[in-house]
Amino acid sequence: MNSSDQGSVHPGRPETLKAVPVRHPGRWVGAAVVAVLAAMLIHALTTNPQFQWDVVGTYLFDSTILHGLGVTLELTFLSMLIGVAGGITLAIMRLSPNPVLSSTAWFYIWVFRGTPVLVQLLFWNFLGTLWASISIGIPFGPAFWSEPTNEAIPLFVAALLGLGLNEAAYMAEIVRGGIQSVPLGQTEAAHALGMSQFNTMRRIILPQAMRVIIPPTGNETISMLKTTSLVSAISLEELLRAGQNIYSRTFQTIPLLLVVSIWYLLMTSILTVVQYYIERHYARGANRVLPPTPLQRLRRLFAGKPVPPAKDDVVTGLEGGGHV
Amino acid sequence: MTDLTKPPADDRPAPMVEAQGVRKSYGLVEVLKGIDLEVKKGEVFVLVGPSGSGKSTFLRCINHLEKINGGLLSVDGELVGYRMKGGRLHELRDREVAQKRRDIGMVFQHFNLFPHMTALENVIEAPVQVKGENKAEARERGMALLERVGLADKAKNYPSQLSGGQQQRVAIARALAMKPKLMLFDEPTSALDPELVGEVLDVMRGLAEEGMTMIVVTHEMGFAREVGDALVFMDGGVVVESGSPREVLTNPQHDRTRAFLSKVL
Ligand SMILES: Nc1ncnc2c1ncn2[C@@H]1O[C@H](COP(=O)(O)OP(=O)(O)OP(=O)(O)O)[C@@H](O)[C@H]1O
Ligand SMILES: [Mg+2]
Repeated sequence: MNSSDQGSVHPGRPETLKAVPVRHPGRWVGAAVVAVLAAMLIHALTTNPQFQWDVVGTYLFDSTILHGLGVTLELTFLSMLIGVAGGITLAIMRLSPNPVLSSTAWFYIWVFRGTPVLVQLLFWNFLGTLWASISIGIPFGPAFWSEPTNEAIPLFVAALLGLGLNEAAYMAEIVRGGIQSVPLGQTEAAHALGMSQFNTMRRIILPQAMRVIIPPTGNETISMLKTTSLVSAISLEELLRAGQNIYSRTFQTIPLLLVVSIWYLLMTSILTVVQYYIERHYARGANRVLPPTPLQRLRRLFAGKPVPPAKDDVVTGLEGGGHV
Repeated sequence: MTDLTKPPADDRPAPMVEAQGVRKSYGLVEVLKGIDLEVKKGEVFVLVGPSGSGKSTFLRCINHLEKINGGLLSVDGELVGYRMKGGRLHELRDREVAQKRRDIGMVFQHFNLFPHMTALENVIEAPVQVKGENKAEARERGMALLERVGLADKAKNYPSQLSGGQQQRVAIARALAMKPKLMLFDEPTSALDPELVGEVLDVMRGLAEEGMTMIVVTHEMGFAREVGDALVFMDGGVVVESGSPREVLTNPQHDRTRAFLSKVL
């Protein structure tokens, strides 16, 4: 890629430069070593009967596994929703000139970032032993509504609270960094136009902060997908727990862990692709030229054209980005 | 202290901006040390002075981006940021301050366009979001404004795809979209390459001819002399000298003014 870029610096020149490209013998040696290692790995994976690939095949689409997968996805999605909404709220509180708001947010972040998620999950799960019932009413006064804690907070909700509230603390710092990355002049320009604080945040600051917020949020989501496996500790049947439940009956531990891993890997791969496109969307206006999509890259590779991002692919709105 | 809530006794029209002993400090540093001036309606009022003399600070006080610490400042007969009630000053709420800012356009040295919006989106953002204007109508008016600053063909470009001069003209169109009665310009051409200064000044000249009240902080003395109706020279947070631009620029009375002008002319 590197050597081919140089040819296109002056595409308009009448005669193109013809030069012997720099040779990279090190790359070839490296590639050979990697190829041998890969062959060894594949050999080990396919020939060791302990992996029991046939069992992997049987359980890959097992209904217990698929149900667990559903729970994992639901947990990931909902706890990220809580995390992002909570994170934005906390970040705005943290940056507020009101000292009560900012110190409350600081305290929240301090507690929830300072203790392990697993411990928080267990706390939510055992809330019933702390307070036998939850009630809504006048503080220190009579209650209008009351319910035993274990019924008010079912297992799924406990897991959601544990993951989501913890995530909010991390997202708050990410969002705060994003908001602070937007130059002060933007706020001033919006205020000078008569925009309210709320509209300035919603229309001007947050959309620009997104460019900084999205990449780490993508990482957080991928990490969350895997962190949901921790809720197996409070015996909620998500993907890992589903696998465990099966192998505790059949003792086919390794193949089931493989099944679970394959699903995690597939989901994280999909998220990675989604993340790429979202980042590209928010790069609008920041880059003069959008980076090519993986598809465009592939096409260029096979077309053999050493073209850096094409000239006609300028950012003129969302529709403009898709073609080359 | 004069009562700003009552109209002046004589039949002169009320000034657009009136400052009496305006003071502003950042911490212990006093940046404005009692500014007195008056900007008449329809006037192009030029503010000059060395760096750090408080020109930007004063402009920002006019639309309450900064709070003043003393004195009285009024725009079109109404106090900036306060209300006189029962003989006492009451601070305005954020919403009321925002309401007043709608009528005052501001153009910044570094344009401060919204980079995630196209030129047209920049122009219609405030009319739609703040005034609740119909989107289609706002678009139409926005296009007319871009036409007026000579950028109708750049409506779909993002700020990063525009030259400095073009960005500043979009910024002017954006401010005009709110139909302001007063325009504040804070060194609108200082960040521009020399060959781009003219196109922005042309737009401003057009505005002046239409009778827009403008306060312009600038180092473009040619523009001040040609378009300005009044000029004030500030230094160290006070007004050193004021008068008609021709007078002050050709025949300055104070040493400090002379020293400054010898550097910029
Ligand atoms: N937010 C702030 N906090 C502290 N001091 C400030 C702040 N803003 C401005 N100042 C100080 O106030 C003084 C006046 O600043 P101001 O920006 O009004 O000057 P200016 O006349 O516009 O100068 P320039 O021509 O360089 O733009 C300067 O000494 C500056 O350092
Ligand atoms: Mg300034």
